[in-house]
Amino acid sequence: MPSEKMLMNGSHTVGEAAVRAGCRYYFGYPITPQNELPEYLSARMQDVGGTFIQGESEIASINMVLGASVAGGRAMTSSSSPGISLKQEGISYMAGMELPGVIINMMRGGPGLGNIAPSAADYFQATRGGGHGDYRTPVLAPAGCQELADLTFLAFDLADKYRNPVMLLGDGLMGQVMEPVVFPDFIDLKDLPRKEWALHGCEGREARAVYSMFLGQQGELYYHNLHLQEKYDRITAEEQRWETKRTDDAEIVVVAYGTAARIADTAIEELEAEGIRAGLFRPITLWPFPLPALRKLSQHVAKIAVFELSLGQMVEDVVLSVGERAEIYFHGLPGGIIPTPAQVAAFIRSALKGDGTVGRRIDV
Amino acid sequence: MSEQVEYIKVFGRPESLKETPTHYCPGCGHSVAHRLVAECLDELGLRGKTIGVPPVGCAVLAYNYFNFDMVEAPHGRALAVATGIKRVHPDKFVLTYQGDGDLAAIGTTETIHAANRGERISTIFINNAIYGMTGGQMAPTTVLGQNATTAPGGRDPRLHGRPIDISRMLAVSDGVVYAERCAISSFKEIRKAKKAIKKAFRCQLDDLGFSLVELLSPCPTNWKMTPKAAWDWVAKEMVKTYPLGVIKDLTGYEDKK
Amino acid sequence: MIIRTTFAGFGGQGVLLMGYVLSHGAMHKGLNITYFPSYGAEMRGGTANCTVTLSDKKIASPVASNPDIVVAMNYPSLVKFEPAIVEGGAVFLNTSLFSEKPSRTDIEIVSVPTLELAKEAGSDRGGNMVMIGAVCARTGMLSLEETVKGMQAALKGKEKFFEQNQKAIEKGFAFIADGK
Repeated sequence: MPSEKMLMNGSHTVGEAAVRAGCRYYFGYPITPQNELPEYLSARMQDVGGTFIQGESEIASINMVLGASVAGGRAMTSSSSPGISLKQEGISYMAGMELPGVIINMMRGGPGLGNIAPSAADYFQATRGGGHGDYRTPVLAPAGCQELADLTFLAFDLADKYRNPVMLLGDGLMGQVMEPVVFPDFIDLKDLPRKEWALHGCEGREARAVYSMFLGQQGELYYHNLHLQEKYDRITAEEQRWETKRTDDAEIVVVAYGTAARIADTAIEELEAEGIRAGLFRPITLWPFPLPALRKLSQHVAKIAVFELSLGQMVEDVVLSVGERAEIYFHGLPGGIIPTPAQVAAFIRSALKGDGTVGRRIDV
Repeated sequence: MSEQVEYIKVFGRPESLKETPTHYCPGCGHSVAHRLVAECLDELGLRGKTIGVPPVGCAVLAYNYFNFDMVEAPHGRALAVATGIKRVHPDKFVLTYQGDGDLAAIGTTETIHAANRGERISTIFINNAIYGMTGGQMAPTTVLGQNATTAPGGRDPRLHGRPIDISRMLAVSDGVVYAERCAISSFKEIRKAKKAIKKAFRCQLDDLGFSLVELLSPCPTNWKMTPKAAWDWVAKEMVKTYPLGVIKDLTGYEDKK
Repeated sequence: MIIRTTFAGFGGQGVLLMGYVLSHGAMHKGLNITYFPSYGAEMRGGTANCTVTLSDKKIASPVASNPDIVVAMNYPSLVKFEPAIVEGGAVFLNTSLFSEKPSRTDIEIVSVPTLELAKEAGSDRGGNMVMIGAVCARTGMLSLEETVKGMQAALKGKEKFFEQNQKAIEKGFAFIADGK
């Protein structure tokens, strides 16, 4: 049975959802603004007989995830931007070794130590692989507590289904906001598909190894990469998710994800009172980006307004989607600033007029 | 009437080793160390429940030679990966096999903390005082005066710092129940090494804590010596920096003399 | 219907707890809510604030451009948030701590001597509970019963505080009912 409605902050929500989704192995290193998540799980894992280790670093933590994953467990780690940079080595290995795992990034301001306020400046890092090599990780961008819960479940399922790390990309604000959540029921671990590739000792079968190194002279690495790419193509074809609001008859459509989308949504409501017909296109998977859906939408809307909590990252995917089908406007705030709906409304008005007072037109 | 001859097997390949020929150089200590690990696993009946983590370094391909489940780890992270495995399978046998660069340089943090947590893991630490796979660069364990491609003229403490005795440092930690240093330098020392490895494995089986066996290991190629000279150099020179013997033993096991 | 309330004051005044009480009470009443606290360095500077949005519809932004109601538990909070309040909104002042008044005339001003009322209710630590009682009573966001339920949900596991807090909440409701 699903839970009753509970009032929880975003970080606790992810922790509870992870446990219900069958995660029994959490490894992480403290960093603001996501400490409430490991704190929650340090207690919760005791309740359910799981493992919580506060690793000695983000590097150690992601490699513990790697180990727990290759052993067949549902494992996760969480951090915020600087810590995610440190985890990239392990994520690249997991992609190469085709190991599932869930990585939570509650983004904060950067570069460097930046600040601890919300940001969305890790879009490139998250959607372009992040570490070395030709790989991708599905990136889910929740926009509220209920979606944090639902997408945490999805993250574990996608990770197992495709044997690939999956990232849940939130931000500092999302980790702190409290909203009512209804959790899906606990997954029975026995119901999860058996991981035939996992290591548990070779009793009764041939010994096997899991690795990402292919030194052979017969093009082994070449074929391994083609195999991975075939998987990424499959994910791209099958796993795009997005949400649209009021896009019918819209004279302008705002493209935003996560917290920025929530703020833009209110801005759109406020503009409705002024007689402005603005819609919202919210990507839920950032990789794979819902390119065909946005392309289709851009065929019958004159203007696309991209709003980001970064100085312009997702806008590149919007440009790839929209091309010259519609005018593209961009307004971004550097990480570490929480904008208000009024600021976004001002951008939308400016984009409609094309006066360039808030944001700018993107030349395609 | 034909005569029936009965053979008694007195020596053979351990089941824990595959028949694949190794890529190790003539005189390299890895081949011997692999065999010792394999023999101990066979004798303790552990092959079927073992999950091993090799290093990045010369033994990176150890999963081609060991005949049990293995998983690659990023350079230095073997003990973090092993921690994850052991927490999922507390009833399985988990070992790491790591070189000096992996364990004592890039992976120092993971090594110290896994040991200090007292993870029920056994670690075989191959110390050959040089970076073999990358072609003879200085290792954290390169001894003073020893030549390396990144320590031309020999390791100078003012320029390069001193060799690190990581096993002794680890022994300070309460999580470590057993640490011993042995050498691949003679049949006698090899026999001692096997005893130490077996004891380290027992520590894990008896749920005592973290155990470590350091093996001083010859690298004729990068030391630019013949195999015989390299083995002698371990016995005569390397032991001056890294004295052999038990560094710490809280097992309470009674050793047969 | 959508109401945005910002609670602000020094750390230690129970500002975030007031937000929890309102959030839990409203959730039990069946409303949608979002609760957004200030966090991190800002909190360590000694001030805290949170914004609670209530609505019978789905709530988009957890961040408010302009709050309808501001609860100022100290003077710096009044200075910071007074300009943002919507026309026709309300500000609640903790007059036990400061006597300055807003300069705006287009908002309702409710003065609550929280400390004195808390003492009358039997404790000098229930100022925040008196205030949330007064806020709910004056705005009609929650009934007395709903406010008490909200407090109990917010303090689940700390049942020993229920009785004293309930008295303080009742005091806040009574203060408004008395037409102050």
